[in-house]
Amino acid sequence: MSVVDLTIILTGIAKTTAPLLFAATGEYVAERAGTLNISIEAMMLAGAYFGMLGAEVGGSAAIGLPLGIFAGFVVAFVHANFSHRLAANTFVVGLTLDALLLGLTDYFVTAHQLAPHQIAQTRVPLLGAIPAVGPSIFDQAWPFYLLFAIVPLAWWLLERSQWGLEVRASGENPAAADATGVQVNKRRRQALYLCGALSGLGGAFLSLCEVGQFTEDMTAGIGFVVIAAVIFGGWTMRGTILGCLLFGAAQAMGLVLPALGRSLNGELLLALPYLAALGAMIFLAKSYRAPRALAQPFTRGVA
Amino acid sequence: MSAVVTRLRGLLAAPPGEVEQSRAAAVGQLVLLYVLAIIVALLVTGALVEIVGGSLASVFSAIYTGSIGTFGAVGQTLDSAVPVLIVALGSLITVRAGMFNIGQTGQLLMGASVATLVALHLHGPGPLVLLATLAASVAGGAIWAGIGALLRLWRNIDVVISTLLLNYVAIQALGYAVSTQSILQEPTPPGGQAGGLPQSALIPASVRLPHPGQYPNFGVGLGLPIAVALVALFAVLLSRSPWGLRLRMVGANPVASRRFGVRVGLIAAGALILSGALAGFAGGVLLTGSVYRIQPGFDNNFGNDGLLCALVVRDQPWALLPVSFFFGMIRTGGSFLLSTGVPFYLAQVLEGLLVLAAVFPPVYLERREWARRLRAARALVLKAAA
Repeated sequence: MSVVDLTIILTGIAKTTAPLLFAATGEYVAERAGTLNISIEAMMLAGAYFGMLGAEVGGSAAIGLPLGIFAGFVVAFVHANFSHRLAANTFVVGLTLDALLLGLTDYFVTAHQLAPHQIAQTRVPLLGAIPAVGPSIFDQAWPFYLLFAIVPLAWWLLERSQWGLEVRASGENPAAADATGVQVNKRRRQALYLCGALSGLGGAFLSLCEVGQFTEDMTAGIGFVVIAAVIFGGWTMRGTILGCLLFGAAQAMGLVLPALGRSLNGELLLALPYLAALGAMIFLAKSYRAPRALAQPFTRGVA
Repeated sequence: MSAVVTRLRGLLAAPPGEVEQSRAAAVGQLVLLYVLAIIVALLVTGALVEIVGGSLASVFSAIYTGSIGTFGAVGQTLDSAVPVLIVALGSLITVRAGMFNIGQTGQLLMGASVATLVALHLHGPGPLVLLATLAASVAGGAIWAGIGALLRLWRNIDVVISTLLLNYVAIQALGYAVSTQSILQEPTPPGGQAGGLPQSALIPASVRLPHPGQYPNFGVGLGLPIAVALVALFAVLLSRSPWGLRLRMVGANPVASRRFGVRVGLIAAGALILSGALAGFAGGVLLTGSVYRIQPGFDNNFGNDGLLCALVVRDQPWALLPVSFFFGMIRTGGSFLLSTGVPFYLAQVLEGLLVLAAVFPPVYLERREWARRLRAARALVLKAAA
């Protein structure tokens, strides 16, 4: 395989992995808090659409990004308050938000097509010159480089800060955490807000930096691939990154290999994330520990 | 305006600390909240319609005409409500058992796939093959849900996660099956281009559910009475049979149930498999009742709609009937939106807003009641300490 081929493959992987990784970082925090957030699809779609809308209204793609982040945050706000302030069933809210945002964005984009906007690629001076890796990782749109800051920061926030400790406690044993004064539902809501903002960023990245356009059902289920990545990664940051890389690579292979003259079973590649997550849970059961209170709502006063 | 708001506030006000609300007042507040929530949902929909430049009146008239405006429309709506109803029944059963099955889509697809295999390859008298097809759909859905149950019992994997992931595996498996000649794809006609469409052949006419339509434009499939009979059956079983009681016990307190001698693992797994069986059966009814062939996207979101229907209803099997009819109304009414110039995705938005509106009132009142009880208990403790 020539260096050019390798560059193409690595660029493809970088492009498919980036939105996944933004959202997965957020979902990692949210799931460690004990919330199984299935409305990532909604958050990413909101980020993608409102990112493009912001770019159109504001005139530049860079203005779209904060609007996309905010849109993801709004979706998370609705989800968090229904699920962890009002004690509604979080899966109802998540699934409904998914359908609602899908319908809403399709509705808006059918009524009014958005003009294409794309953030140009910027090449990092020295690192961009490394043979295969350089052009693929260090020659991307500038929001891509945010990943290098966001991922370690999220890890540090969850594993090394006081807030993160309370969030993790809310996910492992909310009753005990509540007894020591941790506001469990508040931490869960905050974790969801962070997830929403990051997923919105991931969605905005997808529309503004990669495709340059918003099309109907743009995310096409990658919200659930993100959930599979966090599960596959055993609810650790390193595992989540690995999961995103793997699943991004699978997606990229499906797109890139045919152009290079080889072909793979399309459906198998699409099912790979879910099969891998299931396989990891089955065969690595001892080392894969979900947060003990994952997907269990908490009400003070109820055991 | 402010007088109206003050009056509403008074009506919705929580009763003071130690006084329990009278039942009539509680029901009244619930109904009022429902009405308010639905009004808000409709207002938001109206705003969306205005943004696009349509008129809310024409939108609602289109939805009305499309869903219940004519006899034929009512028949269509009933036909659309049947799969939702069957899936919702299964979901209600698992919710009673305290567990959550999100895998209806996958179970529906698997049930329908197995049913298609049987319908296309089994030879015999029509009605018998039809029965075998429906039985196969039940089996297919049950087995797919059984995988989730197995993972729970064997590796302690949460049912939510496994069924969620299995959904997407099922979708891709179906996509593969209908693109491969040897499995489900319809054979290319001789002289036709190779590659063919990713869909199965039509199931033979003798294997289709009859439509006993008496009136000229009111042809409802046999699926409807079957579905209603199932609801009646399970309503009785859930409320009056020992199995129903055990199910409720397991859902309410698995630890205590185990102490009482109830086989929690078996009951829970059984509930999951049963709900998968029902979802698969819904797929079989869809296949033999209206679609007649299987292709990607066959589930048409019926799995999710059934789940949401069950979660909106929360507990009463009989309430599934009107709510599923309502979901059917949105489907058939939504298809008429194309004539108004408003993008037809509005139906999906309206459905989402209405589900949120339906979820909000009971949850809000529960929360408020819980907070009130905590306050009352705390006040009691402080009074005793003083």
